[in-house]
Amino acid sequence: MTEMTLLTKPAHELAALLRAGEITSEELTRVHLEQIEALNPTLNAFLAVDAVGALAAARDIDARRAAGEELGPLAGIPIAVKDNFCTRDLPTTCGSRMLEGWLPPYDATVITRLREAGLVILGKTNMDEFAMGSSTETSAFGPTRNPWDTDRIPGGSGGGSSAAVAGFLAPLAVGSDTGGSIRQPGAVTGTVGVKPTYGGVSRYGVVAMASSLDQPGPVARTVLDAALLHEVIGGHDPRDSTSIPGSPTGLAEAARMRDVRGMRVGVVKELGGEGYDADVEAAFLGAVELLKEAGADVIEVSCPHFTYALSAYYLIHPAEVSSNLARFDAMRYGLRLGDDGTNGAEAVTSITRGEGFGREVKRRIIIGTHALSSGYHDQYYGSAQKVRTLVARDFDAAFELCDVLVSPTTPTVAFRLGERMDDPLAMYKADLCTIPSNLAGNASASFPVGTSEEGLPIGLQVMAPPLADDRLYRVGGWLEAVLEEKWGGPLLQQMTPLPETKAVFA
Amino acid sequence: MTEMLDYDDVLENFDPAIGLEVHVELSTASKMFCGCSTTFGAEPNSQTCPVCLGLPGSLPVVNAKAVESAIRIGLALNCQIAPWGRFARKNYFYPDMTKNFQTSQYDEPIAHDGWVDLEVEGEMFRIDVERAHMEEDAGKLTHVGTSGRIHGAEYSLLDYNRAGTPLIEIVTRPILGTGAKAPQVAKAYVSHLRDLMRALKVSDVRMEHGSLRCDANISLAPKGAVELGIRTETKNVNSLRSVERAITFEMRRQGALLLDGGRVKQETRHFDEATGTTRSGRSKEEAQDYRYFAEPDLVPVAPSAEWVEELRATLPEQPVARRKRLAGEWDTDELAMRDIVAVGAMDMIEETVAAGAAPQAARKWWVGELARRANEGGVELEELAITPKDVAEVCALVASGELNDKLARQVFEGVLAGEGSAREVVDNRGLAVVSDDGALKDAVDKAIAANPDVAARIRDGKHQAIGALIGQVMKAMRGQADAARVRELVLEELG
Repeated sequence: MTEMTLLTKPAHELAALLRAGEITSEELTRVHLEQIEALNPTLNAFLAVDAVGALAAARDIDARRAAGEELGPLAGIPIAVKDNFCTRDLPTTCGSRMLEGWLPPYDATVITRLREAGLVILGKTNMDEFAMGSSTETSAFGPTRNPWDTDRIPGGSGGGSSAAVAGFLAPLAVGSDTGGSIRQPGAVTGTVGVKPTYGGVSRYGVVAMASSLDQPGPVARTVLDAALLHEVIGGHDPRDSTSIPGSPTGLAEAARMRDVRGMRVGVVKELGGEGYDADVEAAFLGAVELLKEAGADVIEVSCPHFTYALSAYYLIHPAEVSSNLARFDAMRYGLRLGDDGTNGAEAVTSITRGEGFGREVKRRIIIGTHALSSGYHDQYYGSAQKVRTLVARDFDAAFELCDVLVSPTTPTVAFRLGERMDDPLAMYKADLCTIPSNLAGNASASFPVGTSEEGLPIGLQVMAPPLADDRLYRVGGWLEAVLEEKWGGPLLQQMTPLPETKAVFA
Repeated sequence: MTEMLDYDDVLENFDPAIGLEVHVELSTASKMFCGCSTTFGAEPNSQTCPVCLGLPGSLPVVNAKAVESAIRIGLALNCQIAPWGRFARKNYFYPDMTKNFQTSQYDEPIAHDGWVDLEVEGEMFRIDVERAHMEEDAGKLTHVGTSGRIHGAEYSLLDYNRAGTPLIEIVTRPILGTGAKAPQVAKAYVSHLRDLMRALKVSDVRMEHGSLRCDANISLAPKGAVELGIRTETKNVNSLRSVERAITFEMRRQGALLLDGGRVKQETRHFDEATGTTRSGRSKEEAQDYRYFAEPDLVPVAPSAEWVEELRATLPEQPVARRKRLAGEWDTDELAMRDIVAVGAMDMIEETVAAGAAPQAARKWWVGELARRANEGGVELEELAITPKDVAEVCALVASGELNDKLARQVFEGVLAGEGSAREVVDNRGLAVVSDDGALKDAVDKAIAANPDVAARIRDGKHQAIGALIGQVMKAMRGQADAARVRELVLEELG
């Protein structure tokens, strides 16, 4: 075993090596910091790297382990954090000029839980500005590139995290999913991304985009890793009123089951057809065949209102955005422009917001402000809320018949950088399949199912009822085992290694 | 100079309609949506956290105690309590709002459709309460510069200690049919709310600290008209007296305007305590669109029927019932009770009686001497630097003969001047009535010797002359003698 093969190992295997004393967290952290140094200039996955803090945390875990302390299952494992999680004394920018250099005075609950579980925070990953985008191109700090093809996008908004995990810069990451920001990047980078049931993971300290849709979740290379991380970050938080009582259990167990016999699987009729890449549909249908062969009951179900989900989402989401982002007014923290003594407070706010927010953010603030304004409120925001209810009812009806629903995660493979930047609607369509679960609040995940003809990864989306997150892991764990056997190893092994990479498969 | 119509002419031509919005700051230990302290007067920005500073990522959590207070207030106002209700975001930009939206209740208030009965100068009025809802207070802005307002300020200071303090806003329906008594009815209503909040122990209702704030909507309609006139909303009405003055002023101002063929502009006006006038503020015609929507960061407030009933059982006596009960206990007639209510002395007398004083004595001091001093100082009775316990102590000293009324007044003066408790003032000033017969006898003998004519007349049975001698003795004793005992001693000598 060389240091370089450590980079490609799943987190649960690394954890076993740490427990066995074969490697130290410091060693593991150092290898990842070196890989970041080598690859980040190409990928721009990290916006901030905390080498000093990470090594200190790693040494602390090593010392505690040496002292015989009982540690959590992922203690000592390095992790990347999306830049919208507040991290005490570590920059938190949300990919925006508006928060450039802002050092939060507090940790998000997820961060507290990571630290308590002994994970080592490597740094903060790039994202679309305030998580608005599906390509990480709206980041004020430049786009992130997809390690499979650096001319292509790594998905968004959590493209920094997906690229970091797919490019072996970190074995794990945490992200947030408002319309697909964990799942779609997972699909286009060949990694695992899970959006837990709304309320399953605390939002406290995650800079809000659309509060009723935002849900933090795990990003990983394997299903079991995602489950283990989900168990670390999940569970009730008294600081988040919308957080669900209790803790998630049985997720890792479900990931290890590797059996889908008797599971009722619904193929959502509306999520396919026109606008979907043939390769994506083929890979998806291939996975559905495997499910049938493995003894699952596969049926087709209709969720007629999913057709309107995207439209409803693009009213509810910007409405909440317009309110959540109002606090960035240059008064208390973050960017302040035009404060030269000639401008009053109102003008300073206006100048700062004008310069500090990017185009996509401004577009959504304007749409949201309009959707909520007097005289239009019922017509736009009100109607969208009704559609939201109908989408949730479609799910309810489908889950009467099925244990899980499946669809492609996103209609296409990773598109080229710049390809959709001037066409917001095309960009929004990347989230066509993922948005319904945000509107309804149920659990959903993306797992790698193959590659396109041009060698780009494709994801399968699994959707489960609220609180039945374990079913995602059961299907995902089985699928991974079957496919890896077929492929002769993980999908990421099919990626052409980047010239600068230090990662090697054993 | 604003044109003003005579009050009588206003009433001859118009019917006033008033509407009151009262904000009550709850005295919960912590804020509405976070654990920060709500103590008044702390070092600026020392009572803040990521939540009340609205830092990115922070989330609110509802203070259960505030909900409890809101329900109790609603019940005390005879309101229906909503079994399910959401908070809403009221979106507007202002530097005193850390999130640039206020978390409030909009179309789903926790309490609605209640009423309050008031008696004003023997006449009963029913005030309909439209709603009572929960919201958070904003921070405090201090504009530095000559203007004292945001426009023209050199800079502004922000203190977010108050940001997030729980507020209950109580809104009446238009109050009609009060005629000439409109200002008094409004004052009586606010005074009633103050008493109620105090009885509920949900707020310290100190108008001077802003823990009870009142906005008054006023409009005039031609006499007998069905439709209400255009209203103004007067803010900054922050004392009971101001409620009365602001409404009177607006009635007279609007009356002059309307009678002159003018139009009342729908606007916000500010009351100026110093001049007793209102001046134009922000025009409602350019009012903001608050873009309300249900607060997604909070779950709905859904008090169970059992909980509401439990809280109903904790309600204190209603003020009207209490007044009746106390009149009986104190053996006080209706007229005297009215005086007590007029000076706002009910609580103080009750507490003084509870501290051991006789009701009549307690009433005498609070309604007389102390009310006079409060009035002179332009403050409310309970703002005087004297406690019911002090007054009870003085009453006890008078009852035991250790003090007389004159000395008692001096004790009050000392306590109010900050010289300590009643006992301490008595001791430090050496104010006890002289009960040493030896000293008194000496003084009596001296007085008799100095006034042989008077003494002779008393000896002749002209007892009315005795007052002159008592006066001499009291003067010699610097007032610290028991006049009755002096009289006895004089009669022993001369009788």
